[in-house]
Amino acid sequence: MKRKNSVLSFAGVVFCLLLLLLFNKTFDSYKMRIFNLCAIYITLGLSLNLVNGFTGLFSLGHAGFMAVGAYTCALLTLSPANKEMNFFLQPILPFLANTEWPFFPALLVSGLCAAIIGFLIAAPVLRLKDDYLAIATLGFSEIIRVIFTNTQRLTNGALGLKGLPNYTNVWWSWGVAALTIVFMIRLMRGSYGKALKSIREDEIAAEAMGIDVFRHKVISFTISSFFAGIGGALLGHLLGTIDPLMFRFLLTFNILLIVVLGGIGSITGTVIAAIVVTVLMEVLRVLDSSIDFGLFVMKGIPGLRMVIFSALLMAVILFYQRGLMGTNEFSWDSLGKRLRRIKKRGPK
Amino acid sequence: MSIQIFFQHLANAISLGSLYALIAIGYTMVYGILRLINFAHGDIFMIGAYFTFYLVTMFLMPWGVAFIVAAGLTCMFGIAVERVAYRPLRDYPRISVMISAIGASFFIENLAIVIFGGRPKAFPVPDIFGKVIHLGTVSIVSVTFIIPIITLIFLFILLFIINKTKTGMAMRAVSTDYEAARLMAIDVNKIISITFGIGSFLAAVGGIMWGLKYPQLLPLMGLMPGLKCFIAAVVGGIGNIKGAVLGGFILGLSEIMIIAFLPSLTGYRDAFAFILLIIILLVRPSGLLGQSQMEKV
Repeated sequence: MKRKNSVLSFAGVVFCLLLLLLFNKTFDSYKMRIFNLCAIYITLGLSLNLVNGFTGLFSLGHAGFMAVGAYTCALLTLSPANKEMNFFLQPILPFLANTEWPFFPALLVSGLCAAIIGFLIAAPVLRLKDDYLAIATLGFSEIIRVIFTNTQRLTNGALGLKGLPNYTNVWWSWGVAALTIVFMIRLMRGSYGKALKSIREDEIAAEAMGIDVFRHKVISFTISSFFAGIGGALLGHLLGTIDPLMFRFLLTFNILLIVVLGGIGSITGTVIAAIVVTVLMEVLRVLDSSIDFGLFVMKGIPGLRMVIFSALLMAVILFYQRGLMGTNEFSWDSLGKRLRRIKKRGPK
Repeated sequence: MSIQIFFQHLANAISLGSLYALIAIGYTMVYGILRLINFAHGDIFMIGAYFTFYLVTMFLMPWGVAFIVAAGLTCMFGIAVERVAYRPLRDYPRISVMISAIGASFFIENLAIVIFGGRPKAFPVPDIFGKVIHLGTVSIVSVTFIIPIITLIFLFILLFIINKTKTGMAMRAVSTDYEAARLMAIDVNKIISITFGIGSFLAAVGGIMWGLKYPQLLPLMGLMPGLKCFIAAVVGGIGNIKGAVLGGFILGLSEIMIIAFLPSLTGYRDAFAFILLIIILLVRPSGLLGQSQMEKV
């Protein structure tokens, strides 16, 4: 049974790789961007789910960590000439003026920077609970955004950074997403994952069982901010431009939507929801522009797309709390069981 | 800084503080009863201002009537939000209710963008509120004086309702112990609706006065004041009405005064409230006037 499963998993991975190759060949640049965005949202969704879903801490500060990651990576990879062009109001700080790193180390450092900030914030914030925690993390992410808007010589302030090299391609975005998925699965199967889940279920009981609750919370928060930073960096290099307004609460809301829709506390659910939400966001753009039905033209209503998304979040939380997967995970055994059940029922 | 300019800043700070106080009361009342951050409260505030705008410009109501009707409509709107978004989740974990609140807030904002349009609208300011009053060398717009007065009036009415009427007693009972209040035959759902109604009414009053003071309406105008007023409620001690007023004044005063005395920090104005929040949560999590609660197993 176990061998069969690993063969199946291997086949699945090969299939996914072939699919990536195929999409890489056939998609035009617009579809390619959406495809990459899916992968980035998988990374971001998983990192938020680690804190909100598995550890049971309600954090709303994701956009802040993404901003840290995106800015770090951008400042490290931009060429000196490009920096001079960007910083025309005030010159950039001298120690950053001549750095031009390759993508990989810059990506790692941006993740680490976000993790360090996350670690520093975790120490005071994680003493709080529930809604206080939510509002405090939201506060920190706003503070980060305001600081980035005002440090003209470090981040170019409200003007943002333009002309980021487009490093993010299928291999980077989906590679990072795959690594994140594998990491999360390994983490959740190990003792740390079990400890995190027990904290989610009952903090006091977990403490009584000898789990160092605070330490585990800090670890979970730091790892989450690490991946958020990397996701932010990838996003910056996909879009080619970043500015502080990008990292408003709305961004956190999108990721929260993915986590809730997929099932709070399910890796599989987050992956599926990330793809569904990202694709839907693009497909529903149709609503914002006019649709020609031949007989009559339905006038598009700009902004209706976001109304639908917020209504979707409300509907899921009001009527279908489990989301797509609840806390379940995908496995070959459960899939086989389900298939057999369908076969037994037979065609009607 | 000359003394005239200082007084001008002070007057501004007091009126901003009283606006914050009015909105913070709504947060604190809802939190006191439901233990829920009503994320949609800032948007109810926005809706109140827009209702007034449409009543005056489209239905051509005189402003006095429009203010009252708009506040009434907003009050019903707040009750409706509670019915749809919070009541079905009464017995669910707090996190679910909070996600629902965030969803409701975004839904209202986006709906407002679709219905009202994203372009800013000019709030119709009646002449009495725009008059410039000269006191010696200090000149102040009359609305700056009117706002704190109206806030005080509503504060006294509210305190009267809560401390002297039967409904107020029921509200206090529900906020002290939800289950016990239900056992004492208090219609908890009705009380919660009334609480949301009062909170939304005050938010609408705040929204109208905000419009009189800063006459530009935007669908997202409730976002920042909403968050800041929640912070004001936390600073004063959440669940405590006097605390919310105190917190609102502290926040308004310090925001204006910091900019007045240290103009180089102007860009950090929006971050200040959050810094205050984090300091308060670390030093005195129950707020200035709040009582600390032990966690029960």
